[in-house]
Amino acid sequence: MSIDTSKVATSNKTAATASKPSKAGAAATWADERLGLAAMGKKNLRKVFPDHWSFMLGEIALWSFVVLLLSGVFLTLWFRPSMAEVTYQGSYDQMRGISMSEAFASALNISFDVRGGLLMRQMHHWAAMLFIAAMMIHLLRVFFTGAHRKPREVNWVIGCLLLLLGTLEGFTGYSLPDDLLSGTGIRAADGFIKSMPVVGTYISFFLFGGEFPGEAIIPRLYTIHVLLIPGLLLALIAAHMLLLVYHKHTQWPGPGRTENNVVGFPMLPVYAAKAGGFFFIVFGVTAIMGGLMSINPVWKFGPYDPTKVTAGSQPDWYMGWPDGALRIMPGIESHFWGSTWSWNVFLPIIVLPGLLFTVLLLLPFIEGWITGDKREHHLLQRPRNAPTRTATMVALMTLYGCFWAAGGNDIIAIRLHASINQITYFMRAAVFIAPVIAFIVTRRVCISLQRHDNETLLHGYETGVIMRTPEGSYYEKHLPISGAEAYTMTVRDRSSARLTEPAEADTNGVPAPKGRLSGLREKVRTLYYADDIDKPTAEELEEARHHAEHEAHALAAIDGHSADGHHFDGRHPVSEEPIRPEHHGH
Amino acid sequence: MSADSSHDTGHEPGHEVINARTDALLADPGLPDHVWRPTDVDAKAEKRAERQVATLFGLSAICTVLFVVFYITLETGVDGPTIIGLGASNVALGVSLGLALLLIGIGVIQWARKLMGDHEISELRHPASSSEGDRAETLAALNAGLEESGIGRRPLVRNTLLGSVALLAAPAVVMLRDLGPLPNEVVGEYEGAGLHHTVWRKGMRVVRDVVGTPVKASDLEIGDLLNAEPEALFPTAENGLPELSGAELQIAKSKAALVMLRMDPNDIVSPVTRNWSVNGIVAYSKICTHVGCPISLNERTTHNLLCPCHQSTFDLADSGKVVFGPAGRHLPQLPLGVDDEGYLIALSDFLEPVGPSFWERNTKSPSEVAKGLS
Amino acid sequence: MRFLNRSAGRLSRYRRGPVAGLVVLLLGLLLSGGVYAAVSPSSSASSAASDDALVKQGRELFLVGCAFCHGQNGEGQVDINGKLIGPSLAGVGAAAVDFQVGTGRMPLARPGQQGPVKRDAYSEDEIAALAAYVASLAPGPAIPTSADYSTEGMTEQEKQEAIVRGGQIFLTNCTACHNFTGAGGAMPRGGYAPRILDTSPRHIYEAMLTGPGPMDNFSNGNLSPEEKRDVIAYIQSMKEQPGYGGFSLGNLGPVSEGMFAWLVGLGICVAFAVWIAAHTTRSSKKKELQA
Repeated sequence: MSIDTSKVATSNKTAATASKPSKAGAAATWADERLGLAAMGKKNLRKVFPDHWSFMLGEIALWSFVVLLLSGVFLTLWFRPSMAEVTYQGSYDQMRGISMSEAFASALNISFDVRGGLLMRQMHHWAAMLFIAAMMIHLLRVFFTGAHRKPREVNWVIGCLLLLLGTLEGFTGYSLPDDLLSGTGIRAADGFIKSMPVVGTYISFFLFGGEFPGEAIIPRLYTIHVLLIPGLLLALIAAHMLLLVYHKHTQWPGPGRTENNVVGFPMLPVYAAKAGGFFFIVFGVTAIMGGLMSINPVWKFGPYDPTKVTAGSQPDWYMGWPDGALRIMPGIESHFWGSTWSWNVFLPIIVLPGLLFTVLLLLPFIEGWITGDKREHHLLQRPRNAPTRTATMVALMTLYGCFWAAGGNDIIAIRLHASINQITYFMRAAVFIAPVIAFIVTRRVCISLQRHDNETLLHGYETGVIMRTPEGSYYEKHLPISGAEAYTMTVRDRSSARLTEPAEADTNGVPAPKGRLSGLREKVRTLYYADDIDKPTAEELEEARHHAEHEAHALAAIDGHSADGHHFDGRHPVSEEPIRPEHHGH
Repeated sequence: MSADSSHDTGHEPGHEVINARTDALLADPGLPDHVWRPTDVDAKAEKRAERQVATLFGLSAICTVLFVVFYITLETGVDGPTIIGLGASNVALGVSLGLALLLIGIGVIQWARKLMGDHEISELRHPASSSEGDRAETLAALNAGLEESGIGRRPLVRNTLLGSVALLAAPAVVMLRDLGPLPNEVVGEYEGAGLHHTVWRKGMRVVRDVVGTPVKASDLEIGDLLNAEPEALFPTAENGLPELSGAELQIAKSKAALVMLRMDPNDIVSPVTRNWSVNGIVAYSKICTHVGCPISLNERTTHNLLCPCHQSTFDLADSGKVVFGPAGRHLPQLPLGVDDEGYLIALSDFLEPVGPSFWERNTKSPSEVAKGLS
Repeated sequence: MRFLNRSAGRLSRYRRGPVAGLVVLLLGLLLSGGVYAAVSPSSSASSAASDDALVKQGRELFLVGCAFCHGQNGEGQVDINGKLIGPSLAGVGAAAVDFQVGTGRMPLARPGQQGPVKRDAYSEDEIAALAAYVASLAPGPAIPTSADYSTEGMTEQEKQEAIVRGGQIFLTNCTACHNFTGAGGAMPRGGYAPRILDTSPRHIYEAMLTGPGPMDNFSNGNLSPEEKRDVIAYIQSMKEQPGYGGFSLGNLGPVSEGMFAWLVGLGICVAFAVWIAAHTTRSSKKKELQA
């Protein structure tokens, strides 16, 4: 991943150019003479990042990953990834004298005999949950605002891979302490693997080094957990960040913010401070959570024993949705010619996650194919301005949420005093119906919000001021929004232009011959944009302005220079304005 | 880097590529004027902010010192002191470390917000693609390189290379072969090995899990649930069975565990279940046929056994048939008998594989399975 | 050895802890509850006159409060469809009565439901009378005494071993339904395994002995009295246990942990992100621009 150094922003006239050799300058010179850092530093030290809270969600994931690395290294100093049987002789009374794996004994040792060990274990676990949760809301933000469009599709793919790897990393980590829950999880995983047609038992025997549970699985998962996946995660995170730097961050439209620039604060000092400070905050929040909130109390579960089980056997939340799919799947199994097809396991736990992940990975490409949009996009869209896209993601979220709820059906049953059977039946229907409802509702809400935007553009915002006409009728006064707000609202494409987007065109603008799918594509595109509300035309806007002026004039005739309402709407500073001008006071 | 300046002035045609269809409804008002913060215009406010930030850093340092103090003074684990019912060491370390970190973070951000320059600056973007010239040059270089290698002209060399490199995947796959034996290779290697067998065999006594004492049929009352194991897992001098340890013990445990219930014999529905019961005592595999969680959530009134992992429910009065949930198959039943001393014994191993389904499994109905015992 | 000594000191602390108080309190209640401790199926044959009086009082209470579902003589009752309203009480023993009435499960608000724990409808004396009456119907398990479920009188080492053994039995026989800390769990068709953390040792013992409602029995032939005592010792020791890692979040396992990760962890981080990106207060004054 190299960055084309010919594309350097020199708009920052204040870029660090040490005129007089200071101490920092001397150090920089030393480094530059050996590493040639100046070329990179020149464009990156003052690199601009736009300021918005939602742009920092990915940062939560990044910093919790750093916390994971730090706390994880600490844990490796004591953790023994071995399934050798030992008799526990540590300080935890309730387990003393019990035979358990060395892995579980060392997890107890970290929890009870290493000072700060329990804190680190809990921080590691909380940070893992935070890591994946932050990746998910970051993904949602990116998709809802259209930041996955060209040229950022590759970064979307990398992000999805990070989410997948993060989940696998979480699952392998969850399995390591070899407590009752993690062992139950591994055993279920063995069942998942065995459900695969033809190769299932072979993979299971290879993974476990023979029959379940064997003595190989924990050391193997350990290597995957501390070496393989973290290495891949690090590489992908690096690529993700480099692409971010190369593409420069997207920004919200607004006055002075265009597709051709990026407006915000420079990396040095402001973003270095904000991002660096945020690292300390995420670290601190994790530490406080680790200090106050118990997580995975392995000593209460006891060591894994293939004959024991506990109520509330659940995976961590990020594995909850496939588990939910598994719970609500009807028990269908087929038997042909002495072989078993375990649809009840294979479909929900192997096929479904793979399918949904592929859909997630392809979303930008599917959208690009439908819209035929080949332009680069650096200005974000408000979710309402892409109703079908927004509705699609809300439908996917609803589907995820239904599976998730199904994964906690026993906890829901006991907390809400409901029947676990009824919840399961309900969920079987809900996973099909709820996403459709969510799609339709979200789409209509988006379209209504688009209408509302147009109302605001044409007729101004609602002041909340009720006016009475001489005839005695009442109406609410509307006032025009500021030029900046109006401009921000109008920065969006018109659907007439979008629908005629050329399907494919070569460099000379000659449209490509229509493929077999082009008919389908036309239809899907029409559906994609259906009912979309366009922004007003220039004529409509002009007419509305005239109308507003006329009305203001008429009002002035009634009331002179009356309070025009903006005193009460909280949008304007009014401290120095009298509510009524002096000459009106009697 | 003189070429750069021409880039940035926007004369370069590549620039126009990044653009929305500018349907210029309204003119861009441009960046708003900068508005100053109190700390920019008021020296007092600036001093105050400076003191505020420094105080945050100072407090953080105090928390860090406290962390070290807590580390040294508070005993960890079971012997440590408690605070409002929580382990004091963990709480004190976590909170002091957390505050130390948080205060630095808040301080730095406050510094950035209040004291660092806050002029928004603008930087030009460039299309992600390279310029036409760069592309052409790269393409030319690529073609030149390919041409010089002669890879296009010498298909024999090219194809043999591709073939030999592709074949290198074979060692990578073959090398993984020894990760584990194949399912049929373990059969006979140890007691109850393989997917189709467990350590149960004819005449083996049923013992209580954990304590390992054998069970008499008369020990159990109607409604009693017993989590049981084969006696092979609890070798004693008396039964003279070999000691199991390590992986073998775990494997044996993971397949042989039983859940036993004594029910009213009149409640039993299936003839197979009745034949294999003793005084209403039935024994089933404890391993769920769905994905293999141990099950022992029995509802005495309905003799329905529920799996806590995915809620598959089995009817113990009717050959362990699935009455609810995602399991696709009945729970295997162990034929029970009584030995001379009145202890419960197995009449054979399970007559079908226990646990989750797998490809090589031949599934039969309970009555067909029962024919295997003769 | 070092570990054992440490644990010995630790366990001896329990004597002064709330459990010891609880045990003493229960003992006191049992004594003040009176004579019924002497009432057991085996001894009822040679009962004294006071026992007869107790049985008589119990019978009166039974006719008023229980006979509607369980029949005039505790023989059980079915409705017109033949559906069981209240089971026969012959042979359930005093222990079942003490558990069902003592935890407030009986009398039920309506037949057929799973009895929720309520406030006791009867006083200790009345429960003793009811138990004596039901025990007089047919022999059944007697109310356990503190000697059955208390580890008093054992050496520290024995206690320690009892707790460890009890933990293993608990994890094998109880956690499947009642969860790893006894927080309870869901059962088929709206049933549930109740939370047992606040249940008194005597009631836990009685529950194991009699298998109330849909719960299985753990009769003495199944789980010996010593093993029951060990389970209770383990549950008590878990109750005593401080939250080593902090607040327990309901002891419900990964579901509640995930909820807290999202709502608390991510919520706080996002709140900070909003603060970081928020604009600071602005001044109406202008600053002279420096070069």
